[in-house]
Amino acid sequence: MNLNELSLTEVLEGIEKKRFSPQEIFADCQKRIKEVDEKTKAFITVIAETRNAIPFAIKDNFCTENIRTTASSNILRDYIPPYNATVYQRLIDAQFGLLGKTNMDSFAHGSSTETSDFFVTHNPWNLERLPGGSSGGSAAAVMADETIFAIGSETAGSIRQPSAWCGVVGLKPSYGRVSRYGVIAMGSSLDCPGPITKTVADAEIIYKTIAGKDPLDATTVDRSLVETSSFEPKKIRIGLAKEYLEVAEKPVRQKILEAAEVFRRLGCSVVEVSLFDPRYAISVYTILQRSEVSSNLARYDGIRYGSDRTYFNKENKRRIMLGTYTLSAGYYDAYYLKAQKIRTVICQDFEKAFEKLDVIIGPVSPSPAKRIGASTADPMFGEKEDVLVEPSTIAGLPAISLPAGFVDGLPVGLQIIGNRWQEDLILNLGKLFETETQYYKIKPKL
Amino acid sequence: MTKELTPAEVQHIAQLAKLQLSEEEMKRFQLQLTETLKFIAHLDEIETEKILPTSQVSGNKDVFREDVIRPSLTQEQALSGAKRKHQGYFVTEAIF
Repeated sequence: MNLNELSLTEVLEGIEKKRFSPQEIFADCQKRIKEVDEKTKAFITVIAETRNAIPFAIKDNFCTENIRTTASSNILRDYIPPYNATVYQRLIDAQFGLLGKTNMDSFAHGSSTETSDFFVTHNPWNLERLPGGSSGGSAAAVMADETIFAIGSETAGSIRQPSAWCGVVGLKPSYGRVSRYGVIAMGSSLDCPGPITKTVADAEIIYKTIAGKDPLDATTVDRSLVETSSFEPKKIRIGLAKEYLEVAEKPVRQKILEAAEVFRRLGCSVVEVSLFDPRYAISVYTILQRSEVSSNLARYDGIRYGSDRTYFNKENKRRIMLGTYTLSAGYYDAYYLKAQKIRTVICQDFEKAFEKLDVIIGPVSPSPAKRIGASTADPMFGEKEDVLVEPSTIAGLPAISLPAGFVDGLPVGLQIIGNRWQEDLILNLGKLFETETQYYKIKPKL
Repeated sequence: MTKELTPAEVQHIAQLAKLQLSEEEMKRFQLQLTETLKFIAHLDEIETEKILPTSQVSGNKDVFREDVIRPSLTQEQALSGAKRKHQGYFVTEAIF
């Protein structure tokens, strides 16, 4: 077995027992990138040197000092940041080593990685299919064993949806758990970095490495990473999200119902729960995100760094235009304020649900990976594709996507949504499910 | 709140956003923005008069930090991404 195929947990154990060195793992990942990245096209930048550190990949919207950071945008094609994002800094402080920077939708504007200004990333399970997005490069690189783990970022779905479509694990922590400092901003009230890994156990290790209060991001919270005192499956009350199942395609729904049976067998109680119609969340999210995009992207003037505004692509412009409109005089109340009020309704709906439940489960995406080209026809492709991840993002809740089986050779993602700050609970449940099902052992041939 | 955007409104939004759009883009965005506004119009079905807005979900209030000098970028680093600079300054178009 090549070392690049190992999970982080296996890597840490092997190093502990001196079976191999971090440098050997790094070299095997670099070799794998040389072999398969021309097929997956997950990386924008690959580091030449071989380091004696456990390798990881990071989405190209995290600033890395003296290493090009593009956000897959022509505006930042040649941008070399003079400082590090906190998440990246914490990883290199923990002795992890950067393999390279991964492809994404330009400025994270999409759910396909097709709006990258450079190239499209391909799904390792079927190269004719999309990897999802916007962290598509990170998810594809993990599934293709080009790296031991990767970092993504999510505004709504950009960690969970590509993880589901590529068949890996993606954790979106609670908003405020992980610092946004040095992450190229999209929707500042929603953005959240998180790990994309081979197993849930790996996600927990990386989450604990990157999470926690950061003086450089005032929205981060100062509280313990462990909220629940003990974990007993028999005491866990799971809600199966009725409306989410209705939105999903039938074969996907079937996989989630099977996952619910697994949890029942493991002793959890599973009951159906009715939540606020997720379709309203598409509209709330569209308004919040595009308004915040228009504000965040106002900084690209070509003066201090990057190129001027003529370099925005059509998806960037479309989002800036709508956001500018919804924030403009006379329309702010009708759109942005209205969306913020319905955001309150969505938060309260979850609060009510969590009075009787510990977690909520459902599909991550209505369908498995779609064909390359699918995103170009609909001006709201991303928002509609992410219908089942938007409500939890709007409420700032933690959620994890993990493999729940296959439909026609394509992976399906199970989503576990937790109450705010309860990452430890969804991670424990995820580990329970993955130990029982072991879907992570099934890998594509490339 | 559903309405058709006019070409003049699209032009106005582009000006506010400092985007130079081609004729083709103006036409496309007029259609697509109108389509998006129609899509989100169903939010009107939800009564929100008595509901307070949520602007953030971290629960943090009044986040302070010590007012002390700490390391920051050097002038050279701060200017390292600028395409045009002059004697340690950024160069911009004249504003007035």
